[in-house]
Amino acid sequence: MTNNNLENRVLKPNISIGERLKTFLFENKVMLVFVIICYLGYLASGSRADTVLNEVFTRISRNSFTVLSLLIPVLAGMGLNFGIVIGAIAAQIAVFAVVYWGLAGLSGMALAVLIATPLAIIFGYLVGKLFNMTKGAEMITGLILGYFADGLYQLLFLVLIGRVIPATNPRFIIDGGVGVKNVVDLTGTLKYSIDRVRIIDLALGLLVIVAVITAVRLYLHLSKKRKFTLKDLALMVGVGILYGITYIPAIERHLYVERINLIVALSLVLALFAIKSAYSIYKNRDGHDPTYSRGRSISIIVISVIAFALTYVPSIETLIMSVELPVLPYVLIGGLMAFNKGILNTRLGHNMRTVGQSNAVAAASGINVDRTRLIAVILSTVLACWGQLIYLQNLGTFSTYGAHMQVGQFAVAALLVGGASVSKATNSQAIIGVTLFHLLFIIAPQAGNNLFGDAQVGEYFRVFVSYGVIALSLAMHAWQRKKPAGSMMASLSQAGPAIAETEKKE
Amino acid sequence: MTKLKKAIDIIGIPRLIIGLFFIALVITALAVGLTPSSLFSDILRRWMMYAILVLAMVPGVQSGIGMNFGISLGIVSGLLGSVISMEVAYVKGWFFHFGAGAAWLTLLLALLIGIVLAAFVGAAYGLLLNRVKGSEMTVSTYVGFSAIAMMNIVWILLRFQNGQLRWPIGSGLRNTASLQESFGGLLSNPDVYSQSRSIAIPAGLNEAGSVTVQQPKALSFLAIDVGGSGFVLPLGLIMVFALCCLIIWLFLRSKKGLAMSAAGENELFAVSNGINVDSMRILGTAVSTVLGAVGIIMYAQTYGFLQLYNAPLMMGFAAVASILIGGASIERASISNVIIGTLLFQGILTVALPVVNAVINVSALPEIIRIIITNGIILYALTKARGGRR
Repeated sequence: MTNNNLENRVLKPNISIGERLKTFLFENKVMLVFVIICYLGYLASGSRADTVLNEVFTRISRNSFTVLSLLIPVLAGMGLNFGIVIGAIAAQIAVFAVVYWGLAGLSGMALAVLIATPLAIIFGYLVGKLFNMTKGAEMITGLILGYFADGLYQLLFLVLIGRVIPATNPRFIIDGGVGVKNVVDLTGTLKYSIDRVRIIDLALGLLVIVAVITAVRLYLHLSKKRKFTLKDLALMVGVGILYGITYIPAIERHLYVERINLIVALSLVLALFAIKSAYSIYKNRDGHDPTYSRGRSISIIVISVIAFALTYVPSIETLIMSVELPVLPYVLIGGLMAFNKGILNTRLGHNMRTVGQSNAVAAASGINVDRTRLIAVILSTVLACWGQLIYLQNLGTFSTYGAHMQVGQFAVAALLVGGASVSKATNSQAIIGVTLFHLLFIIAPQAGNNLFGDAQVGEYFRVFVSYGVIALSLAMHAWQRKKPAGSMMASLSQAGPAIAETEKKE
Repeated sequence: MTKLKKAIDIIGIPRLIIGLFFIALVITALAVGLTPSSLFSDILRRWMMYAILVLAMVPGVQSGIGMNFGISLGIVSGLLGSVISMEVAYVKGWFFHFGAGAAWLTLLLALLIGIVLAAFVGAAYGLLLNRVKGSEMTVSTYVGFSAIAMMNIVWILLRFQNGQLRWPIGSGLRNTASLQESFGGLLSNPDVYSQSRSIAIPAGLNEAGSVTVQQPKALSFLAIDVGGSGFVLPLGLIMVFALCCLIIWLFLRSKKGLAMSAAGENELFAVSNGINVDSMRILGTAVSTVLGAVGIIMYAQTYGFLQLYNAPLMMGFAAVASILIGGASIERASISNVIIGTLLFQGILTVALPVVNAVINVSALPEIIRIIITNGIILYALTKARGGRR
């Protein structure tokens, strides 16, 4: 898949614009269809633009992290990891424990992370072991495993808690002393514990983390395990100066907030895009890298500038100004995107990609296939677990027996809506997918009400779309992989390679 | 010792464990004082109620598409056939014109519509599955889910007049429609033959707006209350299931059926013998879907209610788990797997509820056990299939 990309890019200069447009339309057909459905639904719903926009950004902050947790298993050739439900279950066990003990705020959330992460690692390890036993059928295994795990989860929450595990607080336990209530309210405890982190605290946190890293590196230097470089020192000093700046009163004033306006965030993101593109133009000025396209960088800069200019149109400006973004969730989402991108350049990432292309080739080149796949699943499970923590703290109520059920389903559907497939998924597809999928969620009931006189129709349509898009994408993927009909005899004569082909991917 | 080992090998360890668990449950049930007649009556009823749905897995597996999670397509065809048939029966005043025979006519029309629909849908679905060889199970799961979700929209948009089907206020069909005034219990409920029923008919046909209908005593052998003990022998249902089994048994031994099994077992071998593998797979899928339609109608007539909307969502999973418990694999399945598997699976669920209630009184536990057994057994089968796929 990556090779294909490479070829496409190399060949691009020879392809006419019309051809390129055609490829673009073909590759993004799912996404484009969704854009149209969402637009029509928006018109039919007659909702206010600012309400919808606010809701969309809330849901992006709430759900993106989980969707992004799906990318690593795709890279390792394991398809869409429906098993992330199990990560969500780990998160919910931790959240319940923390809330039951009455801990609140950021420290409560920190404890939840401390409890949930080891749980998620253990669960992820078990899931990975199972996936290694069912190579090629990871998706159906993950799906069934999700339901199976739900059974065990219900056993824990409905039967064991109160009966075997002592718990009596009537706020959480069903009258009669056994089982946890249907809904656990997080208001006043963990609700908004991540959303409400102020920028200033974030800066302090960054300083502490960098200080610890530097200290560790110094220690390693002293014990002669690793050389302490000038770069390490520069990082520490740089962050120190950055933190120092926050004490300047004029700047400090702006940092005691927990939300920033979309217009500020948008400007920052656009500036980042522009600077990055400019930097890559500078870096590739001698034109050594054949995969690099200068036209692309230039068009990104142009688009950023135009987009920034558009924010000065009064109607757009008021619309954008109406949205306030919680800082930390978006920072975490950004961090995960960087992680997903960064892992591609590590040795582990290379291994995963090789395993994803062919188990046999990977094994032949000395990669421990099972171990690589195991790590991919553990990472995905842990990330999904954190994603569920972000989700729950933002939602503020925790539906004990329902919150995890649709996690895998919705995350996978969202990713596919963004144009991803079983074998290829990117950060931007995840974000676009979350936006479109949840946009449909927001407008569908109202649109159903206006069109059919029944909000339930929109609700059902929404569910139909989320199942349908998965069915369609999986079918299309399998379809493309298969040789055209009538080639049975052909595959008979070259049975060897044909079988190898079907064995390596699902 | 080796003989014992061989016997265990033939039965299979999971089947052995689950079988022993079932027997232990039954013993516990009797020990805690449950009435044996009603207990065994329930087991038998549930066994036969689900059996045809489980049987629907056999042609699918044999033709090589693996476990047909897309059985929901057959299920919604059967449901659609039933609601259309009931609506026709009501609007045309069948019970006014034909009396007791109307219930049978309704059942037959429901089966007819369901089977025809399912045959077409199944064939189209088979075409799709031919395009996605190697990932049939994942695709079929989601095709099944989508079918249910799409039918949700249909159910809510249908404007029917039959008061049993539509909501008294508002629009669309009910979540559960009673079959009391239609074909419910004809093959399994002795009450149908011992009591008369009052059935609503459209206005203008007679003064009362309803007719009283009594099924003929001559047919009461279809549902026998053995010696008035409470043990019901649903002979009609058993006969229908036996008939289905016979048809499938003959089909699998016919030339077409053998070709189909060959196609499922070894594609290359089948091709070299001049078998059109793709059309055999379509045949298998269509037969499986048709059985799904028949199965849900039989299920509904036994249960006494038509369950629309999301109720059939996970029925495919239960059917898959049943046949796997019966000893089938993702590659091979037989009618005996169906019979044993359904007995064990449904038997456990039937007995577990009263036992759990009597012993620890956690009402949610049987449902939890169902979820764990269903999905646990499917997972186990997935790990056993070499490479996990066909």
